[in-house]
Formats: sequence, C-alpha cells, structure tokens
Amino acid sequence: MVKQVRIALRNCGRVNPESIEDYINARGYEALVTCLFDKKPADVINIITESGLRGRGGGGFPTGIKWKAAAAEVSDEKFIICNADEGDPGAFMDRAVLEGDTHSVLEAMTIAGYSVGADKGIIYIRAEYPLAIERIKKAIEISKEYGFLGKNILGTEFSFDIELKYGAGAFVCGEETALIASIEGKRGEPVVKPPYPAQKGLWGKPTIVNNVETFANICPIILNGKDWFRSIGTQKSPGTKVFALAGKINNVGLIEIPMGMTLRNVIDNIGGGIRDGKEFKAVQTGGPSGGCITRENLDTPIDYDNLLSIGSMMGSGGMIVMDEDDCMVNFAKFFLEFTIDESCGKCAPCRVGNKRLLELLEKVTNGQATEEIIPQIEQLCATIKKASLCGLGQTSPNPVLSTLRYFRNEYDEHIKDKKCRSKVCKALLKYEIVPDKCNGCTRCARSCPVQCISGKVKEVHTIDQKACIKCGVCYTNCKFNAIIVS
Amino acid sequence: MSEVTEYKKILPEELYRKLDSFVEDLGIDSKDPRKKGYLIQVLHKAQSLFGYLPEEVQKFVARKLGVCHSEVSGVISFYNFFTTLPKGKVNISICMGTACFVRGSEKVLKEFENFLHIKSGGVTSDGKFSLDVLRCVGACGLAPVVMVGDRVYGNVNPKMVGDIMTDCIKLANSMEENK
Repeated sequence: MVKQVRIALRNCGRVNPESIEDYINARGYEALVTCLFDKKPADVINIITESGLRGRGGGGFPTGIKWKAAAAEVSDEKFIICNADEGDPGAFMDRAVLEGDTHSVLEAMTIAGYSVGADKGIIYIRAEYPLAIERIKKAIEISKEYGFLGKNILGTEFSFDIELKYGAGAFVCGEETALIASIEGKRGEPVVKPPYPAQKGLWGKPTIVNNVETFANICPIILNGKDWFRSIGTQKSPGTKVFALAGKINNVGLIEIPMGMTLRNVIDNIGGGIRDGKEFKAVQTGGPSGGCITRENLDTPIDYDNLLSIGSMMGSGGMIVMDEDDCMVNFAKFFLEFTIDESCGKCAPCRVGNKRLLELLEKVTNGQATEEIIPQIEQLCATIKKASLCGLGQTSPNPVLSTLRYFRNEYDEHIKDKKCRSKVCKALLKYEIVPDKCNGCTRCARSCPVQCISGKVKEVHTIDQKACIKCGVCYTNCKFNAIIVS
Repeated sequence: MSEVTEYKKILPEELYRKLDSFVEDLGIDSKDPRKKGYLIQVLHKAQSLFGYLPEEVQKFVARKLGVCHSEVSGVISFYNFFTTLPKGKVNISICMGTACFVRGSEKVLKEFENFLHIKSGGVTSDGKFSLDVLRCVGACGLAPVVMVGDRVYGNVNPKMVGDIMTDCIKLANSMEENK
C-alpha cells in the first residue's frame, strides 16, 4: 500500500499559519533566500522546468515553460497572478493551502516574480473565502515587516509587492484569460489564445497565471532539488496531487497522493471504502469538465495522461465517489446544468449547444426519448467540443460522453425500458401498494397531495397511476413498508 | 461630467456617504486607464452596504468611477455574487456543489422550499427570509451544507430543516429587536 505524501500540504495543520516565525522554523523563506543570493533567474526557471512540475489547476501545462515564456518577453511591467478562484464544485484544496500555509504561496509568488522579472503579484481569490482573505492580508503585512516582500527584498535590488483582487462567483474565471478580464474590471469572458498571457496578459503586459497548489510546490522543489521531486510520482507527471475526496465514501476530506497511485488504493485504503456497505459505481474527477472512472479502471495509475486516456481529466482535484444509488444520466444532467449556469454566453456552441444538450438529456430522464436520441447527443457533444471558444465549452460535454461510454446500459434502460435503476428519475418511477402488507390505515391516502390513493378503512388501498405525481410522500409515510417503488 | 441628469435616490443617504468615502480612500486617479480594475472591489463594498445593487446604486458607482452605467450593469449581471434584488433579512443558502448534490442536497432544498413556500432565489412576502443555492463553499467533508448568514450547518438532512428554521426565526426576531 502506497501512503500519502505531503508536499503541497506539508505545512497545513503543522505550522501556525498566522505566525511567520513558525513558518520560518519550517524552512520558510529559505527557498527565497537561496534564489535571491545563490541563483540567477534563469537557474530558477531551469530547476522548475527540469523538475517536470505541471500546472495543478487542471490542464497540466508545464510550469517552467510558462515561466520561461514570460521571462523571454521584454517589458517595463510584468505580473504574477495566483489563481485562487476555486470554482470547481467539490474541490477545496486551494482554500486549505491559503488558510493553512499562507506564507508558502506568497514566497512562491515572489520567487516567480524574481525568475521572470515581475514586480507585481496579484492573488485573485473568491469572495466566499473570508478566512483565507484575512490571513493573506495579515501575511502580506508581516512579510513586509520582515523584508520578505515589498521594496528591495532582503536588501537586494529586487522588489515585489502582492495585492488581493476578489472574484464574484463565476466559474469561467478559472480560465486564465477570463480571470485577467475580471481583474481588469470587466465581465469575465475568455479571449482566443494566442497571444498567451505570458506574452500579453493583464493590461496587455506579460503575465503568469498559476494555481495555488502549483505555487505550493515551488519552495520544496527549490529546497530539495529537481531530482527529489522527480523521484516522487510518475515520469510524465512527477510529484503529488491533492484531491478532495467526497461523496459516498467513509473518509472524506483532502488527500495528497503521489501521482501514479491507483484509484483502488485511494478508495479502499485511504477512503476506507464505500459508505453504508453499498456497492461502488464510479468516481468522478475533473468536475464539470471531467468524466467518470469505473470499476474496470480502478487499477489505472492516476496521472494527467492516464486520466485523459480513459475519458476523464485531472482537473483541480475534485474526486466524487458514487454508489449504486446514483443515476448516471441524472449526474450528467447535474453537471450540464452547472455549465449552462456558468457559461459566459460569448460563443454560441457553448451557450446554445449545452442548452439543447440538456433538453435531450431531459427527454431521456422524462421517458420521452426514442432510440435515435443517442446519435443526436453524440453529434451535438462533438460539435460543442470542437467549436467552443474556451476550455469551459470545449470540455463541457465530457460528463455526458463519459457516462455514455461507461454507462450506456443505463441510458438504454431509460430510453427503451423507461426505467431508472437507481430510482432517481422521478418520471420513470412507479409507486405501488403491496396488497399483502397494506392494512388500510389510510395514512397514505390522507397524505397524498393530489388525492390519487383510494380505499376504505382497513381495506387494501390502490394508487391511481395516471394521477400520481410521484412525489414519494406515501412511500415515506407508510409505516408498514407496503409501498414499493420500481 | 456636468451633463449628467439627476436621478432619484431612495436608499439611505448615509450609506451613500460611506460608499463615497470608501471610493475616495482608494485614491483612484480619474485619468488612470486602469481605473476600471477597481470596479468589482467597489461593487463588493456597495453590496455589503446596501445588501443589493439596484439601478440607483449602479448609477452612483458608474458616475463615481467615471465608467458607463451599461458597463457597471454588465459586470453585475455577469457575476453570481452580485444581486439587483434585495435579499431577506436572513438568507438561507443551500450548497449545490457536487459533493452536496451526491449526498442529497436537492431533497434539503425541496424541504426548505416547502417550509418557506418560496422557490430558490425567492424572498418570503414579509421580507424576513430568502432562499438561494450556491456552488460549493469548500466544506465538502460536511456535505450537504446549508449556510445561514455566516453560520454553517453540516451533514444536513431534510429532517433537520425544522430545527434550522427555528434558529433562523430566532435570528430574524433578534435582528428585529436590535433595530
């Protein structure tokens, strides 16, 4: 059994995030000192590049290459942005790092600034994270007093300042160009790349956007070296990844595992198995842009490329475990509703396509679909993927495609047999009274909101299927388990 | 900016003064091409003062920052956090993040809707309670999560809704008394 390894979360819960002395005792700001006095900016970038660190926000783009691109630009001004707009519903590792190890993010941003020649850092954070905001403000103040931040850091020529900018609840702002638009006080709509932010970013200046967890990996790499980092994880995805384990699993919370661990290990050993002894169905990773991992792929080593090849993605690290009670069609619908809410509306494939896609899925869950609907769904998904402007649209059909790939039988049951095996899709349910168990207590008839249950006292009752609205009130109220759902 | 027509203000003048001094303290240079970068920050402040961002507040912010009203309105409509409608005195938010969804937050929302006789996004007729959904508060380990003001209720099931509402009613009443 492979154990958890803490790099990004190394200090969380171990050092007092409000005490800079505690942080310094845990080798805090040592990496910055090493960089400023012993290394040239290009050396730092080389270490990060050779370490193989990839962006932890989801895409997995090599961090060093991003830095190199921004360093190569000639400009009077450059920016380092920390993307702390954690929007993936079900993931909260960025909040944990910002609240639990605030200084490590500030230190890493300063190192990034030194490497690419930027003197300004911005943390773009969700307004919903008040504790993190408060701690960052305090940490910025105290690091300035200690000379780790501000003008002429530690007596050198290098100056770097960090300010906070607040998000206002828009998932698409996790996309770097949309995030930059939002900092500029505009609607957070993405723009076409290239030019990449590393060339033309905030206010048209070279800008690096990295995720919180990516920054949390920087200092340990500087301190322990690229070879140490490469010794953890897999060849193409070195290091660790933090996941937010949630859903129908016994141990919920944040975990940090070396890349390459199998999902089986995560669920059985770290997660302690499925809740209430139910049967495992799937794990969803990558949030609204990701897909499902099923029983057959439980032994696939987790890394960026493997997850992509099985139709999911790393994403920011949400890991939602589902059991037999979850309907996969309904689950795909849930993510699509999210995407529709969060689509910025700039390009038609995403704005209109996803809406139409949802309508098709609703037909499936309402029992109105015929067999031709599957090719229609597949075609629409392909169009949205191909024609959308940004990552949000390009990946939005993934939950549908992935559930279609692994749970085609559930779709077929909804379409052909008009049945939902997990008993989630209301329109397909049928409530019936078992004559042997019903003693005619009248409780169900009295509680039915549409009065569709008839029967005399102490006689068996019946449900009028045509009038039934499938609200389930009779089912919850019956004390004799005389009502069954099918 | 001399041509600007006067517009009606019905919200308390005192709050406008507070917003005004907040913007002044930012020290924005009116000729700075990057002054729009302050917009979202100012709107956050405005919403925390007024509770919502109706047209009169939008116009005030637009004029104060020297940007078009249409731009201010466009930004407000884009972001989920900003609202142009007043919320109830006590706002109840149901988390609809994936973890909460999988653990049954839909049923919890239904129960609240039934209890308050309003749909998600609505306000009760007496203006005391409003109900909305939000996307993940980052407390997925406690799923499903309900937030009442700053207070977080974890592992909520539909049966707990009555007890949570008892707290909400107490909270609303105490706010009433403090007034």
